[in-house]
Amino acid sequence: MGIFFSFFMVIMIALIAYLGVAVANLHMLFGIIIPYAAFTAFVVGFLMKVVKWGRSPVPFHIPTTCGQQMSLPWINYSKLDNPSCTSGVVSRMILEVFCFRSLFRNLKTGLQDGNISYGSDKWLWLAGLAFHYSFAVVVVRHLRFFMEPVPALINIIDSLDGFLQITAPHFLLSGGVLLLAAGYLFFRRVSNPQVRYISLPADYFPLFLIIGIALSGILMRYVAKVDIIQVKQFTISLVSLQMSVPEGIGVIFFIHLFLICTLLIYFPFSKLMHMGGIFLSPTRNLANDSRIRRHVNPWNPEVKVHTYAAYEDEFREKMKGAGIPVEKE
Amino acid sequence: MAKGTPKPEELISSIDYNPPKTGWTETPVNFAEGTFCHGARPSYLETVGFPNAREWAPADEDWKLPENWKEIFIEAMGERLKKYRSFQLFMDICVRCGACADKCHFYIGTGDPKNMPVLRAELLRSVYRKYFTAAGKILGKNAGARELTIDVLKELWYYYYQCTECRRCSVFCPYGIDQAEITMIVREIFNLLGLNTDWIAGPVANCYKKGNHLGLEPHTITSNLEYLLDDIEDITGIRIEPTFNRKGAEILFVTPSGDLFGDPGTYTAMGYLMLFHELGLDYTWSTYASEGGNFGFFTSMDMAKRLNYKIYAEAKRLGVKWILGGECGHMWRVLNQYMDTWNGPADFMQEPVSPITGTRFENAKSTKMVHITEFTADLIKHGKLKFDPSRNDHLNVTFHDSCNTARGMGIFEEPRYIINTVCNNFQEMADDAIREKTFCCGSGSGLNAGENMEIRMRGGFPRANAVKKVKEKFGVNMLANICAIDRAVLPPLMDYWVGGVSVCGVHELMANALIMTGEKKRTQDLRLEDLPNVEEDPETEEGKEETA
Repeated sequence: MGIFFSFFMVIMIALIAYLGVAVANLHMLFGIIIPYAAFTAFVVGFLMKVVKWGRSPVPFHIPTTCGQQMSLPWINYSKLDNPSCTSGVVSRMILEVFCFRSLFRNLKTGLQDGNISYGSDKWLWLAGLAFHYSFAVVVVRHLRFFMEPVPALINIIDSLDGFLQITAPHFLLSGGVLLLAAGYLFFRRVSNPQVRYISLPADYFPLFLIIGIALSGILMRYVAKVDIIQVKQFTISLVSLQMSVPEGIGVIFFIHLFLICTLLIYFPFSKLMHMGGIFLSPTRNLANDSRIRRHVNPWNPEVKVHTYAAYEDEFREKMKGAGIPVEKE
Repeated sequence: MAKGTPKPEELISSIDYNPPKTGWTETPVNFAEGTFCHGARPSYLETVGFPNAREWAPADEDWKLPENWKEIFIEAMGERLKKYRSFQLFMDICVRCGACADKCHFYIGTGDPKNMPVLRAELLRSVYRKYFTAAGKILGKNAGARELTIDVLKELWYYYYQCTECRRCSVFCPYGIDQAEITMIVREIFNLLGLNTDWIAGPVANCYKKGNHLGLEPHTITSNLEYLLDDIEDITGIRIEPTFNRKGAEILFVTPSGDLFGDPGTYTAMGYLMLFHELGLDYTWSTYASEGGNFGFFTSMDMAKRLNYKIYAEAKRLGVKWILGGECGHMWRVLNQYMDTWNGPADFMQEPVSPITGTRFENAKSTKMVHITEFTADLIKHGKLKFDPSRNDHLNVTFHDSCNTARGMGIFEEPRYIINTVCNNFQEMADDAIREKTFCCGSGSGLNAGENMEIRMRGGFPRANAVKKVKEKFGVNMLANICAIDRAVLPPLMDYWVGGVSVCGVHELMANALIMTGEKKRTQDLRLEDLPNVEEDPETEEGKEETA
């Protein structure tokens, strides 16, 4: 259900852009108004969410400890998986964010002849890594459209990305890898019965959206080629706030752009916010130092307790009988 | 074993990892006998002032909820979304990658997809979306939102009392989403509706009034310990005389009350007593703070704080310098991650220093509470204890890392160091089933009742299966651990799945091997069973005794 719903949603979005530009000639709307609105929604939405999370308290100190604690000096402790200081936490987070360390641990559990078997399962880790890194390269690469002159670094990334030097214009690996990885993630979602069972429209929709963006981008570059000079003139006009209504750029460009705008608007309200959330996860970004330093709960409530005096009042005679010292005779 | 619990083979053959044809929102919850705990009896809830105390049973149609139960639930959820960044974040950022799915012992043992941590959380997230997100309010089902109906409430209850808060899922989650954190918060909300279980509420009420879960009154604690002291005298010829509620002692010792009551925990308690006597430690037990475990932790944070309060209060009243804590699982998660926050600062005590070795326990300088395996490992490292490990030669030992000390603390090497010193035969289980990847006993977080035996055996299956493999491969016959719940629930689990494997605390093994000053020639272990090699080679034994 979720698959078809999400698939048709993305087709609809592409169709809206097609009809809006090719038929209704709404270049101004799709080229200027929507992109500005989408970019604003993304930035404001993202910030609001992160600020909302950031302002909510972390009442308790709850790191998940995945290695030996820091205890006696002669016992080696796990600085990365059970950090006791900030530098350890920072290293743990860097490995988490850049290497998906927790996902690297992934296992596959099976049942054979009444015994449980465990096997390494790194495909999700690998595909996730490929997906995110290629996406990042694609995004950075696109900065060339928004900058004049193009910074050297972006040119270097661009030439590394296209080092195979096949096809003209030269084939950019990141786009292909992005498409493959997203394809694998989709394939995994439908072919693994457990993962299919837990999947919601909200899982398929962003995948289809990103696949749509990658496909339209690749089509635009290699097949239904658009006038790249015009595209750049237009994007520069957007960033310099001297909007000129783009005419004559192929409609596929507008489909690509509208899909991206949809992604930007959708982003802050969806699971894609894991991008911001991972930095704030209290099980990962805290040091296991709660016995060393007191962690304060900002809303620490008063609670009713059963005092020693009340306890002794109830059991005084029994305590005396058992030879246990009491406060009041 | 409870009547009606299926046989192991039947249980295994019923596990099917293929999800049902119907989607999870359309698959109703089945309150099958043996898979859930009894509802709490009213008197327990009344003792601690929990709301909606009444007679009820989970399998009943009518749960006798307050009329405005839905408002209470939603309001409490909203309050907690604001108070816990973890909760808000864990509701928002899951991408349903499924990395956690097959990591839960209940999923592995049942095949029920709602036991996949991701889906267990989705049961609640669907409610979250409906009442707390714009998309859920507008798009409803298409955004994965779901109305909170009585059936949804029952489903949540069933599955959130089928999570032992072991945090194994959190290890594998790329964002550290911790189902235990969600479970704890939902159980707090259930508490507001009077939906507690008997096996949790009972210990909570006992602990609140009497100081410990078992409801042992002060004179019962001392007389229980007397039995253990008699056994120690029989075994070693040494009469130990511990003190209780003694002001001015240097150290307050707190351990779970399970150690004082049931086998094999009592053998661990004998181990503590023998160790402290041998050291001449200036310490005291307390009858008021006679519980380290904290079943309040399975009801609400406030209740846990109310129970935990006694430890610092008693340390202050007695004027001790620092606190030593016994072998326990969730007790240590609570002490490590919550105690100082709830009831600190413990500035009336001093930074813990071992009076025997002079070691400063810098990792406990704020809480002032040291884990006994840290304490003992330090003694061994400094050569302060003498051992005859051959007294454990009849044992082939493996070690079970308790979930809480593993994933809420990270205490891995200390117990292993002790075991390796006092035993000649130690075998590790498979890497994927120990340390931070350790499997729960299946009965943690207050699920150790009798009426839910089937789910306990299912939940404990991964743990038991890993033990079974080392039993077959190396002849392991003893499963050591540092948790009182483990000592209570692993024996039936081993009997059911493995057979021929006993369960012990680390300090039982330590005390078996400990050569005490002035002890008589030992012929029995702490279980009053004959020691190996005693008859075969008496002379060597005597030689050892002289050096002691």
